Amino acid sequence: MKTEKIVEKILLIFALSATLVIFLIIIFLFKEGLPILKKEGLGFILGKIWNPGKEIYGALTFIVGSLSVTFLALLIAVPLGVSCALFLAEIAPKRAESLFRPVIELLAGIPSVVYGMFGLIVIVRFIKVSFDVPTGETVLACSIVLAVMILPIIISVSEDAIKSVPRIYKEGSFALGATHWQTMKRVILPTASSGITASIILAMGRAIGETMAVVLVLGNVEMIPKSLLNPAEALTSVILLEMGEAPVGGTHYQALFAVGIILFIIVMILNIISMKIGVRKK
Amino acid sequence: MFYEDKIYICLRFNKNGDKKMKKEIIGISICMLFLMGCISEGNKTQTLSLAGSTTVEPIASRVAEVYMEKHPDAKVTIQGGGSGTGIKMVGEGTADIGNASRKIKDKEKDLYPDLVGTIIAYDGIAVVVHPLNSVENLTKQQLQDIYAGKIRNWKELGGEDMEIVVITRAEGSGTRDTFIELVMNKGKIEETSSVLQKPSNGAVKATVAGNENAIGYIGLGYVDSSVKSIKIDDVTPSSATVKGGTYPISRALYMYTKGTPSGLAKDFIDFILSSEGQNIVEEIGFIRID
Amino acid sequence: MKDKYVYALLWASTIVTAMILIFILGFVVLKGSSALSVEFLIDIPRRGGEAGGIFPAILGTFYLVIIALVVAVPLGVGGALYLVEFQKENIITKIIRFGADTLNAIPSIIFGLFGFAFLVYYLKLGVCILSGGVTLAFMVLPTILRTSEEALRAVPGWDKEGSYALGATKLQTIKNIVLPQSLSGIITGIVLSIGRAAGETAPIIFTAAILNPVLPESVFDPTMSLPSHLYTLVSESTPEKLVNAYGTALVLIILVLITTYSAMLFRKYFTRHVRR
Repeated sequence: MKTEKIVEKILLIFALSATLVIFLIIIFLFKEGLPILKKEGLGFILGKIWNPGKEIYGALTFIVGSLSVTFLALLIAVPLGVSCALFLAEIAPKRAESLFRPVIELLAGIPSVVYGMFGLIVIVRFIKVSFDVPTGETVLACSIVLAVMILPIIISVSEDAIKSVPRIYKEGSFALGATHWQTMKRVILPTASSGITASIILAMGRAIGETMAVVLVLGNVEMIPKSLLNPAEALTSVILLEMGEAPVGGTHYQALFAVGIILFIIVMILNIISMKIGVRKK
Repeated sequence: MFYEDKIYICLRFNKNGDKKMKKEIIGISICMLFLMGCISEGNKTQTLSLAGSTTVEPIASRVAEVYMEKHPDAKVTIQGGGSGTGIKMVGEGTADIGNASRKIKDKEKDLYPDLVGTIIAYDGIAVVVHPLNSVENLTKQQLQDIYAGKIRNWKELGGEDMEIVVITRAEGSGTRDTFIELVMNKGKIEETSSVLQKPSNGAVKATVAGNENAIGYIGLGYVDSSVKSIKIDDVTPSSATVKGGTYPISRALYMYTKGTPSGLAKDFIDFILSSEGQNIVEEIGFIRID
Repeated sequence: MKDKYVYALLWASTIVTAMILIFILGFVVLKGSSALSVEFLIDIPRRGGEAGGIFPAILGTFYLVIIALVVAVPLGVGGALYLVEFQKENIITKIIRFGADTLNAIPSIIFGLFGFAFLVYYLKLGVCILSGGVTLAFMVLPTILRTSEEALRAVPGWDKEGSYALGATKLQTIKNIVLPQSLSGIITGIVLSIGRAAGETAPIIFTAAILNPVLPESVFDPTMSLPSHLYTLVSESTPEKLVNAYGTALVLIILVLITTYSAMLFRKYFTRHVRR
């Protein structure tokens, strides 16, 4: 019995490791970033000017950049993704379904640098040529790439939600004479809406946190984009691009950690919302 | 979060595990042994780590290649990150040599007072445009105005009616800092205009090469046929003009060490300063100091 | 709206999505196969990636993934074992789950930031495989924990009870009954984590990556890696580098294909028996 107790204690520590890491991350993020936030206050979030040379740090540009590409990506991916989910759950023949499943998994598995490469070489070029803009590195390009990256999340979680709609509801609707589409529109989608919303929230979290694809395609311009065809910069990109430079412990370093805090908080809020909406079906 | 759900959905099909998979355990064990072999393997080699400027990096890389051939027991590793990173890392002790394409700043001197810089080459910062761009020459003032956002269209400079896409380096680049100091007179660069940031000389060059509207600045050693370098105040950037001092945007390339160079670092830097090393410098497109 | 129009729309959406994947894969395969050769896989990069191969990057990624697994698998499987075998649902399990779920949602760049501040500087490990691998381990830990937990839970109660009835201790039961039966599910999670760990750039770019092709000799050396090399090649894309970039991307994609496919195979193989 003694060995069992020891093993149990060890395994408990292992199990708590994830939580421990979270705490460490929070500690390190806040240890470095909080002083700057305190000093700049609300100005950090609302300030438009980011000038490490003059020690002015305002992250609004990047917040707008990240949010705009995320929302546009959702605009593209949600209709497409939910349609696919409906297809898979409701009308796909068995063969098609098993053929399509690897498609989603592969799309989800492709590394973000590869998406970035594809985005830079194909989509950026395409936009430059089709829209006759000075550069194709734009909000639009980034949103398209992000949309493809978040499609798998939306499809799989929405599909799960749709499949969880009790058959009784569907059968009842058919019994009352509704067509398949009417059933989908009036019964299935509303019932599955919480799951679908959860998938959207998850997708948002992923899009906001994406780094490599965004930094290659968005242009990294320290300006709030005025249109879809303007370049911009995201919270993740500024950390990636400037992290190398900042002297450890200096204000620039702290400011980048502060950006990390903002990112962390946004993602955490989204995470909690999605958990509340009940992604886990158990 | 996605993986949790994906796994959840995947595992709904996996209601049960069945057989013993001894193979997996064996596979993992083999990997572990491999790993331990990797850790314990390796003769006692001397390592030298460099980090920093992407301008200096091609010099450092090529020199390292030759140096390691001559000294098989030495291992030289090189990271990028920009001049700021280089200085920071050598100051913190996480690198042996910090590559920088600019002199150490006062702020950095306060943080790391014992850093010593050795000039290993000279470099010009070439302003480049797409090969099809008809503009041949710019005054320093025009260049400044472009980067400050005052001139926005090539037609204002005698070129085609195209919006100028301005390319710069990200913060921390020595090339960027030098450019701001020498061209912008430490004035404001890109807060007022729409300027794309790229992480390295190579990235700036690639962007300019791929975009007819673009203008950017890169180390002279990076210029090749994919881009066209512009004359500044009617002076063509070249080894001669940089050395002669007529080209207005020139700088020295440094390697910083903690204290005067010693040991392997000294040997490496001495090698770069030797005629063989300087030959390599010239070969890559930079300007020798002798 | 008539059903058949809706059907057409839904079919179209799905086909479009499939087309996107085929386009991306096809693009990389087509452009990358010209770069792929035995030399490419064995040679080191030359002239800044314009020529030569990507062997140091492949090796580096291999080492990074191994370290990540060495750290994450015991923590994840062990933790899952604890959740399933040793603890009833209470406040402790809630804390564990909360930690794992939260960790899962964190963006990769924050891992990179954390790894840099904690491992490279605070613990003074410097930029090396160990720093990069441990950072990656933290990233995949939640996946392994969750998958293992699901797999362990799937072991039917009566198998365990039978074992106890025969007089076995808890540890013996775990060793002989629980682990073997759940191994396939655990492996699935590990295999998927391999794919993810190998492809992530942001966590390792500050913690492990170097630019010049030197082979690491120990876990305390830095290394090239496939994703960071691809990032360098893509952002500096000359035509020559681009070809090698496609080749590198192809290698990564092949890796993803292998891991995804194997994971699916594992799952299918063990779905034969379904017990209620």
